[in-house]
Amino acid sequence: MSDHHIVPLKIYFLIFSALLIGTVITVAVAFVDMGFLNTPVALIIALVKASLVILYFMHVKYSHKLVGLFAFAGFFWLIIMLAMTMQDYYTRGWEEPVPIEFLSE
Amino acid sequence: MSAEANGHHKAKNYLNETYGIKSWLLTLDHKRIGILYLLTLTAFFIVGGIFASLVRLELMTPKGDFFEANTYNKLFTMHGVVMIFFFLIPSIPAVLGNFLLPLQLGARDVAFPRLNLLSYYLYTGGGIFALLAIVMGGVDTGWTFYTPYSSTYSNSFVALALVGVFINGFSSILTGVNFIVTIHKMRAPGLTWFRLPLFIWAHYATSLIQVLGTPVIAITLLLVTFERVFNIGIFNPTLGGDPVLMQHLFWFYSHPAVYIMILPGFGVISEVVACFSRKRVFGYSFIAFSSLAIAVLGFLVWGHHMFVAGQSTYAGMVFSFLTFLVAVPSAIKIFNWAFTLYKGSVSLESPMLYVLGFIGLFTIGGLTGLFLATMGLDVHMHDTYFVVAHFHYVMVGGMVMAFLCGLHFWWPKITGKMYSEPMAKLGVFLVFAGFNLTFLPQFVLGYLGMPRRYHTYPEEWQALNVMSSAGASVLGLGFTITIFYFLWSALKGPKAEANPYGAKGLEWEAMDSPPIAHNFIDIPTVVDEAYAYGPAHGEHAHSESNEPVKEEEVV
Amino acid sequence: MSDAAHSLGRAHHFETAEQQYESATLGMWAFIVQEILFFGGLFGGYTVYRNLYIDAFTAGSHQLDIFWGGLNTAVLIGSSLTMALAVRCAQKGERNSIINWIVATIILGFAFLGVKYIEYSHKWHDNLVPGSSFEWNNPDYLHVAGGQVKIFFSFYFVMTGMHALHMIIGVGIMLWMIVKVRRREINEHYFTPIEISGLYWHFVDIVWIFLFPLLYLIGRHH
Repeated sequence: MSDHHIVPLKIYFLIFSALLIGTVITVAVAFVDMGFLNTPVALIIALVKASLVILYFMHVKYSHKLVGLFAFAGFFWLIIMLAMTMQDYYTRGWEEPVPIEFLSE
Repeated sequence: MSAEANGHHKAKNYLNETYGIKSWLLTLDHKRIGILYLLTLTAFFIVGGIFASLVRLELMTPKGDFFEANTYNKLFTMHGVVMIFFFLIPSIPAVLGNFLLPLQLGARDVAFPRLNLLSYYLYTGGGIFALLAIVMGGVDTGWTFYTPYSSTYSNSFVALALVGVFINGFSSILTGVNFIVTIHKMRAPGLTWFRLPLFIWAHYATSLIQVLGTPVIAITLLLVTFERVFNIGIFNPTLGGDPVLMQHLFWFYSHPAVYIMILPGFGVISEVVACFSRKRVFGYSFIAFSSLAIAVLGFLVWGHHMFVAGQSTYAGMVFSFLTFLVAVPSAIKIFNWAFTLYKGSVSLESPMLYVLGFIGLFTIGGLTGLFLATMGLDVHMHDTYFVVAHFHYVMVGGMVMAFLCGLHFWWPKITGKMYSEPMAKLGVFLVFAGFNLTFLPQFVLGYLGMPRRYHTYPEEWQALNVMSSAGASVLGLGFTITIFYFLWSALKGPKAEANPYGAKGLEWEAMDSPPIAHNFIDIPTVVDEAYAYGPAHGEHAHSESNEPVKEEEVV
Repeated sequence: MSDAAHSLGRAHHFETAEQQYESATLGMWAFIVQEILFFGGLFGGYTVYRNLYIDAFTAGSHQLDIFWGGLNTAVLIGSSLTMALAVRCAQKGERNSIINWIVATIILGFAFLGVKYIEYSHKWHDNLVPGSSFEWNNPDYLHVAGGQVKIFFSFYFVMTGMHALHMIIGVGIMLWMIVKVRRREINEHYFTPIEISGLYWHFVDIVWIFLFPLLYLIGRHH
């Protein structure tokens, strides 16, 4: 088979260390109160870790663009599902309650 | 396209290559797997059809004469479950897609033949669970399996049916994975994306939805099963769970699933309309991209099933607006097919009659969908027979017509035999007339306020219900004779030529009917765009080149 | 379709080995996309309820042990490394090293499942398994509705359970890969099965990377 990129050992160990450090940071950060940023920060760290795995361990960085597009599509559709579902839950409180005399009819 | 006749291999084809039940049940040939699907699907179609007949039988009279409410609930549920999950969703991709994709792509098989066979057995396995649920006493939740009724209160065999649909879902996913890779990687030399038949584009869009949507319903139904069997708490309102969440997750798949059913139908229509108009499909790239647009937009509209379910009004407004948007790519297709017919050399063979029926009925089905997407109107019409009529116009008037259209069109290629054209014309007529007689009155009934899923109704609605039931028997007759003349043709029909309609495309021009086991002796090289019926190729060079000039003179 | 083609593991319906390799990789990626949305349904439900019932989710999360969760994260990251090294050896055709790294991956996989077993049995002991025997009478969190905590634990068990099921399937695939290597079906010209099994294994790791903070680390600063 033609040229398949063989990733240098150094990079694999570098990524491995980065992932371990990321885990430690996730735990440490969880004990700090950052207000509304608590969840976003935890998710961003997780996203960075996941991206490292996808790009290096799963070779997306060295693969055809199409593979990257597929990976992106999976996460993009997940976001569509979350966003379109959450817009319902976020706006449910906006409605004015139906007047009681209307309900009794 | 290179039209190398495989003349010296006439004796052997994929049907007589090997014999014996094992050579069929363990086959890796995409064409044989297509046939296996066709047989199994037809069995499910008959089962679902029997339930439909029983429903229409009960509704002939206002009172509950034949069945009790509970039995009736089971009848319409099992009609829905069988027809949607085990007939409509697999139908065109699994039968025609499996058969034609490699042929049209110039490949020897799909990318993963073993996975393809596994898909078939997952489909059958899921089907066995569903049939088991039916035989043991049925399911009464409605095909939507809404919680908390399905997870807590129903006393029917819900878990079995859920497991059946779950397993079947993976058949759909794996077919999607297989087709996506096949279309990306198995194209013949020279077959660029914009030379692909539109059937392929439609299947690409369909496969995307299958891969992106189906897993969500799989996990949702699994959660409902766990909640029912192990009493965990996910959607249970007594714990604080939200049944509307289940509807969100359900429709995230099940609305795009409508496009899983109809997009492959669009693909069939594009092929057939070009062939029998002897013209290149008008607006090829518009049709191709509108398939992709539908696949994407289709994921953004699911909330229109939940306008009155407790979803917020603001979310409803967003979903309503996006639903109007999805009408645009569908309309683009309809207009382009109409323009393909325009000044085409139209001949009215039976597949073409199905096309014309499809265009009309799908348009009605699509436009009534816009009524329902309007929030205010939906308050009046939700859960009435208007909804039932609307989705049957899309599912039966659109999808089933397209399936029959494709089956007629490619029947000579699949079986190597011709069907009886007069019988086929009779079949189209009965299906079209019976269908409209069945479902047109239901629009009226729904608008008058007749709710769906009840086995009794006030007496003033009897006339329209009797019309509907009468139509159903005509429709049933149409399907029955179709099944019989197809069977007859497969056994005794006259032998078909390689290209009986003079159609364009690798499956017609580069191989015999039926094709050989691995499709091509040498992989062809494609040099032409699809549907090269143009003046240089066809016999209508005169009219095509002269008439525009005449019009200019008039102006 | 010659014998030479078969020694490279090429099936008859592919024209070139490269086409087969790319198809297999793309197919596995398409499958991973469906896996993302399969778990996505769970993440969707989780997001909704976490926003509705943040107190109950915090209380539930505090019942989980960060030590075991963190240890398992490290174990899985380690297994991803050994898996990546196995693929690397496969690319270079070093058969013995492939098997060694795969065995290391399997051992780490079992370690993960073992820790999961310890955690599950603790929850079972505390009546926190969401079923008919679920009980919530934690004196520190009496203000929290038990039903809502049951929802948290339902998500905890379904999400980690589905993940564990994927691990078990992954270990099965790895055992199969060992057989393939020993049968000499893998060489530097044909290592596709190892490569795509690796993709699957890494994906399962990624799911855990999200599960760990979302389940174990809610509102830990309280």
